[in-house]
Amino acid sequence: MRRTLGRLVRIFLLYGIRMLTLLAAVSILSFVLINASPIDPVQQYILGLGTAVSPEQRAEIEAYWGVNEPPLERCLGWLSGLLQGNLGESALFRRPVADIIRERFLNSLALMLCAWLSAGIIGFVLGCVMGMNQDKWADKLLKKVCYLLSSVPTFWLGLVLLLVFSVGLKWFPIGFSSPIGVRGQDVTLWQKLHHLILPAFTLSLMSFANIALHTRQKLIDVLHSEYILFARARGERNLTILRRHGLRNILLPALTLQFTSFAELFGGSVMAENVFSYPGLGSAVSAAGLGGDVPLLLGITLFSALFVCTGNMIANLLYGIIDPRIREAEK
Amino acid sequence: MKKTNHRTKVMILTILMAGIVIFFYAFGSLIPGDAAEGNFLYAGQPPSWGHPFGTDALGRDLFIRTFKGMAISMTVGLTASALSAVIALFVGIAAAAGSKWIDAIVNWLIDLVMSIPHTVLVILISFAMGRGLKGLLIGITATHWCSLARLIRGEVLQLRSRQYVAISHKLGKSTGWILMHHLLPHLVPQFLVGLILMFPPAILHEASVSFLGFGLPPEQPAIGIILSESMRYLSAGMWWPAVLPGLVLVLLVLLIDQLGEQLKIILDPYSAQE
Amino acid sequence: MQPHNDTLLEIHDLSVSFRMYHHGLEQTKLQVISDLQLTVAPGEIVAVAGSSGSGKSLLASAILGILPHNAAVSGHLHYKGQELTAERQRQLRGTEIALVPQSVSYLDPLMKTGPQTDGHRRPKPVEKRSALFRRLGLPEQTAKLYPFQLSGGMARRVLVSTALLTDARLIIADEPTPGMSLDQALEALRLFREMAKAGKSVLLITHDIDLAFEFADTVAVFYAGTTVETAPASDFRIGPAALRHPYSKALWQSLPQNAFHPVEGFQPYAGDLPKGCLFAPRCPCKTTQCTTQVPPMREVRGGKVRCYHGT
Repeated sequence: MRRTLGRLVRIFLLYGIRMLTLLAAVSILSFVLINASPIDPVQQYILGLGTAVSPEQRAEIEAYWGVNEPPLERCLGWLSGLLQGNLGESALFRRPVADIIRERFLNSLALMLCAWLSAGIIGFVLGCVMGMNQDKWADKLLKKVCYLLSSVPTFWLGLVLLLVFSVGLKWFPIGFSSPIGVRGQDVTLWQKLHHLILPAFTLSLMSFANIALHTRQKLIDVLHSEYILFARARGERNLTILRRHGLRNILLPALTLQFTSFAELFGGSVMAENVFSYPGLGSAVSAAGLGGDVPLLLGITLFSALFVCTGNMIANLLYGIIDPRIREAEK
Repeated sequence: MKKTNHRTKVMILTILMAGIVIFFYAFGSLIPGDAAEGNFLYAGQPPSWGHPFGTDALGRDLFIRTFKGMAISMTVGLTASALSAVIALFVGIAAAAGSKWIDAIVNWLIDLVMSIPHTVLVILISFAMGRGLKGLLIGITATHWCSLARLIRGEVLQLRSRQYVAISHKLGKSTGWILMHHLLPHLVPQFLVGLILMFPPAILHEASVSFLGFGLPPEQPAIGIILSESMRYLSAGMWWPAVLPGLVLVLLVLLIDQLGEQLKIILDPYSAQE
Repeated sequence: MQPHNDTLLEIHDLSVSFRMYHHGLEQTKLQVISDLQLTVAPGEIVAVAGSSGSGKSLLASAILGILPHNAAVSGHLHYKGQELTAERQRQLRGTEIALVPQSVSYLDPLMKTGPQTDGHRRPKPVEKRSALFRRLGLPEQTAKLYPFQLSGGMARRVLVSTALLTDARLIIADEPTPGMSLDQALEALRLFREMAKAGKSVLLITHDIDLAFEFADTVAVFYAGTTVETAPASDFRIGPAALRHPYSKALWQSLPQNAFHPVEGFQPYAGDLPKGCLFAPRCPCKTTQCTTQVPPMREVRGGKVRCYHGT
């Protein structure tokens, strides 16, 4: 037990260092990219104010943003702010970026978690069904459906679902995570859910095909292994084989895939949130990009990288905990 | 007899699909720019014989706009996937055939690109390039080379451990000679299949990014832009600008995907076996 | 062909072939077992001996009915005088017929040895298993180890114990000794002999010709997917004079302690077998008849031989 813990701490530290170098690189890279942009953030900020600005005021804003300092100093300034937890102030929302990310991430998290869980479970179950029935009609049909879904762009699927369920059937509202005109604290859980279902459904439809195909392939590989041949020789039938050996051997790769798919999940949520006007990080990042809101764009980019790295870290730790070949190798 | 039948069937199917894709592309490219000009008299009409896909809110014919947009999307997708495939080829070979530190740098670079969600990275790059076509191309190229580069790296590593490569080394052949005579012939099929299979996601990405407003300028009839415009009229019940162009996009992507799979069977039979 | 009542397993004219997709587009047929004859009596140890890569392991799969889906099987299998249908194979495998596989890769890498040896049937034979482990000299904590933690010899004994735990009448051991030390191999073989004395039959599939000659009651020489000669092991201990088939003689000559003279040529490729006798291309005494017609299995001096010239 103590050994396991020690090893986990080691994986955590090793991967943690790697993660920190990656995050540092991401922050520098995104800063350089944004610095290269011909879009003038001060101009965008002033446009956002909606009022005329005197040259003095403009100079004041420029000084605040540090536009006239050399890029290196600006970068260092931003990084040191970052280390103190200060991500700057959003030009679009006139609020600290950290606050916006916190608030919006909760919304995105609800959306992504629903999609992630349902896609993971449905994908795994369908993958097992396909793998057990390899090349039979059920497998062929489901495989076609999965390939079809992976050729459909998320946002178009969202549009079609919106047309059918919101415009046509009027089951779900069009856009926003709470009804318009209702104040934040008055929104009931049911209303929130009501706005969540369709985007979450879209997002999970987009991810489950990949998981199902992956699980199918893993299961087929396992079923063709020598230990399954031996299990058959010992009289185990299909369902026993799936229960005793199949699940045991495909669960870990499936879990790993789930945690390493955070990048696609986040990318998908950007599209889904934009189609359904869902107020999460995804709609914020595209708004920040379109509106020239540099601090918000930088903040969300960095946060999304942190999110992805966390997923990878969990996957690595899971391997250390679950796989006996790694867990017991040191004994 | 049966042997030749199967082979011929795969060949004919491949040529047929390639023909359809090229026809789509030529048809879209040959449409003159003014053919899709708006006429407010016909604004917002549902599909009819005159306008198979209906017209949009500005009275532009959606059938023409869709196919013209498809051609533009294909150009962007093809350019971006060709660029990233070439990058993947060079990076993959450099990582596997070069010294250890190149490999370490490449792996770290791939991890870096993979650690930012693609959509976010494309938004960032597009912002850096001041939006427009250039940003879109660079963004899609920058995000798509990773997996193929990893594949090629693995392939080269495997080839390098083969005996005949070791023997060539012993015989005093230069690294360049070995690369040309032993590695490239094996990598070409992988590269071609990788290139074609990269094409569909590149097109989908182009459409997604244009939909978000970071890609082509709004006056261009790209699929993403048509769909993004259709959002405004959804609640009014105008379903055709959203459904039909998207359907064409899906069909095209499916077609190219199948084309890639068929080519895989012809070029690289062992990996396609199931 | 009437099955004998005093035999446990009788295989008659068994052929197994695979449909393969060559280069993804062209179809070829691989004939891995052709017209194989084999009889196993109760309490007998029969060795099927032949060089590696001649499809011997597939014989075990064919008896158990666990060949891959793309395999085509013809011929007759009888177990205890009854036709061995797919349904009966399903009932018998793991209960009446047990397999001892080749290597540790036949164990689920993520399942601990104890529950894995117990198998899926209930009640779990936990007591019996720990007694058996003690007898085989496996330490107490073996049950808690994963397959990758077992040494070669331990893994082998675990594999053997999976078969010993069942009440199987027929044990098919596929290459049971490689990777073992001489002592361990002898111990494993002693176990098989003990089982045979208790009335069980053992079908030993091996490429270790020495072992087959020394240890089995009957040896079947396997060549290119068929048995060319079946004879008492004592004949093989005597030498070429007592043997019937040119290949058996050549095989005997190839042993290090004999002439150490390798058999010339190669076994034919399963996708392109010769038309007549499978050994004809390499045979020193072939005639035109050999190259056009498959010789039948003949009784010669208390053994069986598939050769026109065998005496």
